[in-house]
Amino acid sequence: MKLKGSEIIMESLLREGVDVMFGYPGGAILPTYDAMSQYEDRLHHVLVRHEQGASHMADGYARATGKVGVCIATSGPGATNLVTGLATAMMDSSPIVAITGQVPIPAIGSDAFQETDVTGVTLPITKHNYLVTDVRELAYTIKEAFHIARTGRPGPVLVDVPKDVQNAEAEFIWPEAAIELPGYDPPSSARDYEIDAALRLIAEAERPIILAGHGIMMSGAMNELRELAERTQIPVSLTLLGKGAMPEEHPLVIGMMGMHGEASSNLAIQEADLLIALGMRFDDRVTGNLKTYAQNAKKIHIDIDRSEINKNVRADVGIAGDLKTVLTQLLPKLEGKSHQAWIGQIRDWLEDSSERDILNYETPGILLTAQVVNDIWKLTGGDAITVTDVGQHQMLEAQYYPHQRPSTLLTSGGLGTMGFGFPAAIGAKFGQPDEDIWAIVGDGGFQMTLCEMATAAQENVNVNIAIINNNFLGMVRQWQELFFEKRYQATPMVNPDFCKLADAYGIPNRCVTQRDEIEDAVRFAQSIDGPTLIEFVVEKEEMVYPMVPAGADLHDMKRRPKPGEA
Amino acid sequence: MAEAKIDSKVTVVALVENEPGVLNRIASLFRRRAFNIDSLTVGRTHRPHISRMTIRVEAGPEYARKIATNLQKLVNVIDVRIIDNEPHVERDLALIKVRNDDADSRNTITEICDRYPARIVDVGPKVAIIEMVGTEEIIEEFIELVRPIGIVEMIRTGVVSMGRGTRIHDTNFINRRALVEAAEKARSGNGRLV
Repeated sequence: MKLKGSEIIMESLLREGVDVMFGYPGGAILPTYDAMSQYEDRLHHVLVRHEQGASHMADGYARATGKVGVCIATSGPGATNLVTGLATAMMDSSPIVAITGQVPIPAIGSDAFQETDVTGVTLPITKHNYLVTDVRELAYTIKEAFHIARTGRPGPVLVDVPKDVQNAEAEFIWPEAAIELPGYDPPSSARDYEIDAALRLIAEAERPIILAGHGIMMSGAMNELRELAERTQIPVSLTLLGKGAMPEEHPLVIGMMGMHGEASSNLAIQEADLLIALGMRFDDRVTGNLKTYAQNAKKIHIDIDRSEINKNVRADVGIAGDLKTVLTQLLPKLEGKSHQAWIGQIRDWLEDSSERDILNYETPGILLTAQVVNDIWKLTGGDAITVTDVGQHQMLEAQYYPHQRPSTLLTSGGLGTMGFGFPAAIGAKFGQPDEDIWAIVGDGGFQMTLCEMATAAQENVNVNIAIINNNFLGMVRQWQELFFEKRYQATPMVNPDFCKLADAYGIPNRCVTQRDEIEDAVRFAQSIDGPTLIEFVVEKEEMVYPMVPAGADLHDMKRRPKPGEA
Repeated sequence: MAEAKIDSKVTVVALVENEPGVLNRIASLFRRRAFNIDSLTVGRTHRPHISRMTIRVEAGPEYARKIATNLQKLVNVIDVRIIDNEPHVERDLALIKVRNDDADSRNTITEICDRYPARIVDVGPKVAIIEMVGTEEIIEEFIELVRPIGIVEMIRTGVVSMGRGTRIHDTNFINRRALVEAAEKARSGNGRLV
């Protein structure tokens, strides 16, 4: 049977297991929207209020489920509005497929109405992209796009479909055979000599540390990581996106590393004689000054992306492979060990950190972000999926909401995209309808994508929005306080009344200014089957510690003052 | 690892899909890192859907490896090899238009061309075009010899390289369109339609 290009898109999405897509219609994608009406029962379309929201929702869906998220936009401005979301997904290796309309083929290159060179614009921020010029190639291209998005190191793929290709008819032939691309062959297993070299370094190490990243969860290697750590008694430090790779309450987990990581983690990395880096990429927020980073340590680096190995930090043993596969090769040959003195040393550092815990501060009449986050942790049983925005609240979430399960902290780590949190939480809810989903966002970032409150209301999405409102762009203000002599240029914010705003969207809401009001508000939000908003009015000039200033040595941390020292 | 740009050239050979946009993807990798491409040649191979590129870029060996792994990451790039450290043959072609308007210049041109793999491919009353094929170094040497005569115009193709011996750089890649056409043919052949 011959189908129109627009119908071929729908049939192809169905065959890829898609059941929800996030998008916004417009001229050049209209044929595809028209075809959607025949598929409504199987393919749910979520109408967003800005295409950026669609891209973050697809991303949130992908991060929460591990499946490919789908967003759709029209040509020109519709497609360019996806750009921030695509770049976010690219940096954090999130699998999404974006389908964009394009002006008809004869008009391409003529500066037609709503024409943008979208494949050109998105070339550096997608894993791959396509301009489909022949309707007969459409099904094959979409299958290839999903294959590339989800395999290897996942990432966003964009398929640009001119309007006349959507309207043209072709025989619908779904390619049954697996996609084979000679230029695309993600590595899987390690060579024996690589495994032996890694085992030798592990056996020799006296002060080893595992650096666990996002790749652990992408590969589903949580059990293998745990076995590796437990058998060798090697402490595990997590990256921001690695949180959940191993339960944070596990005695071997010593917390997050990096700019706002645990002091004990950072000190341990600097003192270590072996780093076992698993599915992480030595981002500058993780390493600080590379010249002084873990100088005495040998490095084992395992990552599915070969180009990450030796990119920032030279690996003594670099293995390009799938973590679960490689660790499964390694574990049977691994000998048990213990590192009591080393773990004791790290524990001493930890004790000093816990004395500085914000939760030990007495703050009558003042609400602190850490208190809000930690109370939400308690009231959700530590078992919610939290989706954060970017800034102080994000770092405090990472410090004060321990995650026990994989893929329960969704956050824009690499690109640091303000405005990500709320739409990503909506996407996550579509992917994980039975989970308790909390968007923990700042007053700045929330205002970048708050129009999606209408989407949440229209779809009655059960997400809880927790706005941490300090009337400042807090993290920028922190940098201004530390590095620009408190010149608060363009960081104080005069905000709308967020609760009235929620009222306008028909979203039930609460405003919290005192700590003893938190429980009531959280219980209220949990009792409602639909979107809710809680505004937490917090202390205006909080600081996030510890902090490694950008480019400083990782051990050169500004520590949080002990109570009474502040 | 930040690495200072080193005054050495690296030759990268890449097999790529012969498809729109591939050149852009490759050039973009260099542009992003503010690297200047010294020369880039691309041409078809004996395979219908495969083009082959030779890229010369100023970079140290450390950076060359990074470029190679990043090139390899591109879906349309089938294989990448840094060819400098293996036995290989390389050729560059130059067309040089020189002044030819007195007996002296004519004699000098003929004399120089006799000593090099160069020939005069076009002669007019005022200028002549010399074609010169060889390694980059020999061409540069040649250019310096003819420069005093008066170069009016010049073009070079850039280096093309091929490894010697039986280590073949090849692939059986078939592109999407051919696959689709094969699938359509198979369907219409047995009459089964979706």
